[in-house]
Amino acid sequence: MSSSVGADLGLRLYELMLRIRLVEEAIADRYAEQRMRCPVHLSIGQEAVAAGVGLALRADDLAMGGHRSHAHYLAKGGDLRAMIAEMHGRESGCCRGRGGSMHLVDLAAGFLGAVPIVGSTIPIAVGLAFGEHLQKRDRVAVAFMGEAATEEGVFHESANFASLHRLPVVFVCENNLYSVYSPLSVRQPAHCEVLDQARGHGLLAHPGDGNDPLAVHALMTDALAHARARRGPVFLELKTYRWREHCGPAFDNHIGYRTEAEFLAWKERDPIATFEKKLRAGGVFDEVRVARFIERQRAEIAAAFAAAQAAPFPAAATLMDHVYA
Amino acid sequence: MTPREISYAEAIREGFATALERDPRVYLIGLGVPDPKGFFGTTTGLQQRFGADRVMDMPCSENGMTGIVLGSALNGMRPVLNHQRLDFALLSMDQVCTQAAKWHYMFGGRMKMPVVIRMIIGRGWGQGPQHSQSLHSWFAHIAGLKVAMPATAHDAKGMLIAAIEDDNPVVFLEHRWLHHVTGHVPEGHYTVPLGSARLARPGKDVTIVAFSYMVLEALDAAARLAQAGIEAEVLDYRSLRPLDAGTLLASVRKTGRLVVADAGWAAAGMSAEMLALVAEHAHGSLVAAPRRVCLPDCPTPTSPALADHYYPRAGHIVAAVRETLGLRADPSDLAVSAGVELDKPNPAFTGPF
Ligand SMILES: Cc1ncc(C[n+]2csc(CCOP(=O)(O)OP(=O)(O)O)c2C)c(N)n1
Ligand SMILES: [Mg+2]
Repeated sequence: MSSSVGADLGLRLYELMLRIRLVEEAIADRYAEQRMRCPVHLSIGQEAVAAGVGLALRADDLAMGGHRSHAHYLAKGGDLRAMIAEMHGRESGCCRGRGGSMHLVDLAAGFLGAVPIVGSTIPIAVGLAFGEHLQKRDRVAVAFMGEAATEEGVFHESANFASLHRLPVVFVCENNLYSVYSPLSVRQPAHCEVLDQARGHGLLAHPGDGNDPLAVHALMTDALAHARARRGPVFLELKTYRWREHCGPAFDNHIGYRTEAEFLAWKERDPIATFEKKLRAGGVFDEVRVARFIERQRAEIAAAFAAAQAAPFPAAATLMDHVYA
Repeated sequence: MTPREISYAEAIREGFATALERDPRVYLIGLGVPDPKGFFGTTTGLQQRFGADRVMDMPCSENGMTGIVLGSALNGMRPVLNHQRLDFALLSMDQVCTQAAKWHYMFGGRMKMPVVIRMIIGRGWGQGPQHSQSLHSWFAHIAGLKVAMPATAHDAKGMLIAAIEDDNPVVFLEHRWLHHVTGHVPEGHYTVPLGSARLARPGKDVTIVAFSYMVLEALDAAARLAQAGIEAEVLDYRSLRPLDAGTLLASVRKTGRLVVADAGWAAAGMSAEMLALVAEHAHGSLVAAPRRVCLPDCPTPTSPALADHYYPRAGHIVAAVRETLGLRADPSDLAVSAGVELDKPNPAFTGPF
């Protein structure tokens, strides 16, 4: 990180991770207010994936996600106010209050939808890439997915079709070792890597450290070049760890499906703190810039909550709106 | 001695324990079945008691796992496949509707498919469009399936055991808002036969047919109507297929009035089936047009501001009954008592799921 470009990228990755963390911590802190009346799945601990991918994407590339997609939405440039308003069920929300935390969309930012049925956006994201192919354009589609989605048949059907037509799609798989409270050991054979499932379909597949934003960014940059050049779809398996409970604001290491020691070992590898150390060691950490950034973020987040809580709810008379186009 | 009362969720757990104890061929499988949350408390402790080869987790593979469960049933086992939401089971519709439902018939009665597929219907706290679909009517449409949808703790246990002991595929539907509701549940083994409706409250002025959670609202409505001197008969249609048409027809012949309260949508649904049965077999008995109290014809919105206007309540049933009696509408029917939060199953609920 000696060049100024590298330094700037480092700081931008750091800031994007920090933004996601601050937003999600605010959601966690304020969840008990009972004004966000929907399930929330937080990515705290997994921010490096979203940040590394988000900053590698071209602004006009497309992305889709799942139940745990606040970070993906923000990293793609999704509007913070619209997301917080959505969690509050307001008409100003990104789905006009019809969706909630598990349903995010920002068409202007190229975030074309997140839904909470595991694996369901994978074929639809491949379809975005198919649309690029049919219309001879060069945007790449990203399918954000958890490792459990590789267990759904639809992932395999989608990967096969993407491979068949060398569609410009990158599968970004966050392997955080768990599906709800079920460890990988009860879901996939111990002698197989998640990655190999993608290789079986002829995808270019790479493992990566999902807690290192720079590594994610480099992998994603190459993946995008590969996919955009129509050399075929790419699958990235990024190992990381969810800090909080599967759904909700609390910590849950005490309930028995994982150990406090495992959590602490991953927390030791906090993507943000670890990266900050790296930036400091490289002499590129900019105290003043970061302090100002945090201050701005806190203000923006507070304003987003204030705006959401002051915004009107959808009117009862609009219940039947939007059923048909 | 007062009869023992336990919750619907505990009743399901007891039903499982009873079935697992009595028949070594029974096993439970599903995402999160042995996890610390115990499937809303319905499977807690069962893996510890019966072992990991009888109570087990599975990959996130609803479609394939359904077929795998079917194959094991053909080959001597009696599986119960569990889905935390009906919406997740929708990934497996070929296996449920085109395979499980058909094998006995299309192979000339040579094979049996003794499986139970359990699905939870979500509601409230932002469950929204993809975690709350009440599609029981879909399953009721399909010959070869049995469809059970108990509303009480007693029936939950008795029908679950009956479903497990049945030689046909049974779709077993539980509304999430019933899990905490308590009621009398006998200890030990008993069954409630699949295919019978339950008289939940006798009356002579109007028949209220209710499905699943709406039975609670219907009983509440009947209590309110009683204060106005109207005696409503409430029928709990805990079995959608086979359907006990006789109980419905006998009641309507007696009361001459019908209101159907379904936890699902009206169009092409169970409420339409009930009206059709009456139109075909008892139309001369009706003295007023029947009424349906169902979900509005749109997906479930997440915002509580919309969801509060989405789910029908006892007041809507009362209003529908007034219509069948030719009484004037009373806006106070739909009033919500101060402090009641309509998107929570009970006051203790604080989210997140
Ligand atoms: C088809 C389907 N099955 C089950 C669920 C319940 N569910 C919600 S999130 C989740 C975990 C999925 O794990 P993973 O894909 O690894 O994502 P993570 O939660 O770890 O981010 C499950 C099983 C669902 N939403 N959809
Ligand atoms: Mg996971």
